[in-house]
Amino acid sequence: MNFQIATLLGQDGLTNGAIYALLALSILLVFTVTRILLIPLGEFVTFGALTMAAMQMGKAPKLEWLLLGLVLIDCVLDLYQQIKYHIDRNKMKKIALKLGYALAMIGLLNNLPLSEIPMACQVLLTLCLIVPLGPIMYRLFFQPLADAPALVLLIVSIALHVAMVGIGLLLFGPEGARTQPFSDTGFRLGAVMLKSQTLWVILVSIFLIVTLFIAFERTLYGKALRATAVNRMGARLQGISPVFAGKATFALAAFIGSASGILIAPITTLYYDSGFIISLKGFVGAIIGGLVSYPIAAIGAIAVGMIEAFSMFWASNYKEIIVFTLIIPFLIWRSMNSHHVEDDE
Amino acid sequence: MTPKKVISAVFLSSSLLAPLANADIKIGVVSSSTGPIALVGIPQKNTIPLLPTSAGGEKITYISLDDGSDPTATVKAFKKLIDEEHVDAIIGPSGSGNAMSVIQFAAESGTPMLAPVGTAAVVLPMTEQKKWVFKTTQNDDLIAEALIEQMKATGIKTIGLIGTADPYGENWAKVMKDLTQKAGIQIVASEQFQRQDTSMTGQSLKILMANPDAVLIAAPGSSSVMPQTTLKDQGYSGKIYQTHGAALDPFLRLGGKAVEGTILAASSMLVLDEVPNSPSKEIATKYITDYKKLYGETPATFGGNVLDAGLLLENAIPSALKSGKPGTAEFRSALRDALENTKEMPATQGVYNMTAEDHSGFDERGRVLITVKDGKWALLK
Repeated sequence: MNFQIATLLGQDGLTNGAIYALLALSILLVFTVTRILLIPLGEFVTFGALTMAAMQMGKAPKLEWLLLGLVLIDCVLDLYQQIKYHIDRNKMKKIALKLGYALAMIGLLNNLPLSEIPMACQVLLTLCLIVPLGPIMYRLFFQPLADAPALVLLIVSIALHVAMVGIGLLLFGPEGARTQPFSDTGFRLGAVMLKSQTLWVILVSIFLIVTLFIAFERTLYGKALRATAVNRMGARLQGISPVFAGKATFALAAFIGSASGILIAPITTLYYDSGFIISLKGFVGAIIGGLVSYPIAAIGAIAVGMIEAFSMFWASNYKEIIVFTLIIPFLIWRSMNSHHVEDDE
Repeated sequence: MTPKKVISAVFLSSSLLAPLANADIKIGVVSSSTGPIALVGIPQKNTIPLLPTSAGGEKITYISLDDGSDPTATVKAFKKLIDEEHVDAIIGPSGSGNAMSVIQFAAESGTPMLAPVGTAAVVLPMTEQKKWVFKTTQNDDLIAEALIEQMKATGIKTIGLIGTADPYGENWAKVMKDLTQKAGIQIVASEQFQRQDTSMTGQSLKILMANPDAVLIAAPGSSSVMPQTTLKDQGYSGKIYQTHGAALDPFLRLGGKAVEGTILAASSMLVLDEVPNSPSKEIATKYITDYKKLYGETPATFGGNVLDAGLLLENAIPSALKSGKPGTAEFRSALRDALENTKEMPATQGVYNMTAEDHSGFDERGRVLITVKDGKWALLK
């Protein structure tokens, strides 16, 4: 091991670590606000990457039909409630808006020359397609049992993960995909080549983390989410809608997930089922942060990326074992240091 | 979707009618069309409608089950086919590990099993149980010999190995260790990775430090691409060899410029236009045309392995019919004997010559050396 190898591995670990950090943050966010451990987060990562890859091959991503299907179910439920309870006068307008959005996306995706438009537009389209899936999924699968015990939510979350992996196979096929890098240039740092995609990943991750931080510290909506995370009942009494909080965090998680997918798609081959293992490593980071602390979770996730990179070099056969064994000492340490409260609300 | 629906409707109706028309030959097909090895299983499942529909004057019905790449589900599927459907033979499963887990059930019930899987462990070393198993893919050592000859001819002295941490990669590591020793080639680095790994920097740096003349990547399907692109990115300039696991079109698409000049040995299905005419070429060309007509895409080699299983059965059934009626133990046992006596039978992957010891039955007609030229497969000259 010399300096050059250490830098290369460090660069690699930092890139993966940045992605794990983003995922750890969204796992944490969703968990604190809704008590749901978002297992399907990894699927948003792969959906993002594979949608992007489909577009670059000039094919309309089949994910549009999933969006349409879910929106339709959502609208039917809305309509049913509207007829039965007449809660919301603007409901019909909202239904029309949602349907219009899904149909407009399909129209756009099928008529634009997808492989030729600038990459920024491809990214935007991918995000526009995937981010709405988050709130719709919350609405359909979690909102009806928002008050259920955390264990029930976890089970639903696992079921959703399994279903999404199956849908991923159906929509994208079993072959892996890889997208074009954002830019082809590299930077020379001493004797080491820095790939520009690595810088993209790190910069975008830092940007997202900082933006999230500012949003949560400075904006009303961010504060509302934080309040829900601190005390759900209290926030509710202050007029913060738990439905809104749930949908907003799911939208954020879907956004961060698909953005991570788009970021790493040029440097690795992603399969329809790669998401789980990636989000699991983010989860290890979140555990290191005790599922409470954002900064520790982020640092933990980056540490996971680093350890992964170096163990890949020293003992490639034991890489996953090393990474996932990490969780044990932290769990022991956590359980010895924290006063456990029987909290199931 | 429609052809699939038609097929399942046919299966459904045939299984309902089965008690009435018992003379039909029933063959079970177990494939992994979902789960981690769906890449292998989907073309295999798609090939079922192209399998022979009759042999020796008897109609053949196929019963298709999916095992979701899960060995436990494979065992269940096999038991269902054997105990409930009373099939005469089983084609499948898709995965090496899955196949290993069902050999004993095929043997206990005396049902011939034609496994289109990669690992030679299903037929080697031959045992009392494995004599019920036939394998329709080239053994790893057959492919490896071709690669090593090429290495020797081009003066390669040291190689690095990167393989997947699964039966496929592990068996290749074993085969290469034996064969390189004989050929006087030294393995200077041997690394492993997982199919879903998002980065291979560590492994490829290890290889670069050892600086071998060539690198062999042993991984099934699209996972064979990443080690190669990573090596190229880090400036490795030696030759890169791949196994028949990489012989898929997505390999070219995912690899782009990085896979230019790769050398691999596989069945001639990839370069049919360039190989001299032979019965194998005819069969493979017909298979590819039919498959394209049905699904609008060229089949992966894995599909050809299943077709070969069907052809082997078609060839063996007439002589087995002399010994017993379909659905009886005598018939199955005669079918096994007939399969073992397959001689000079051409199919998509090469020419089969089974013996009591060799239940894969390929010779050098089952492989050609292929390279990537201008983003396309080409015969290595």
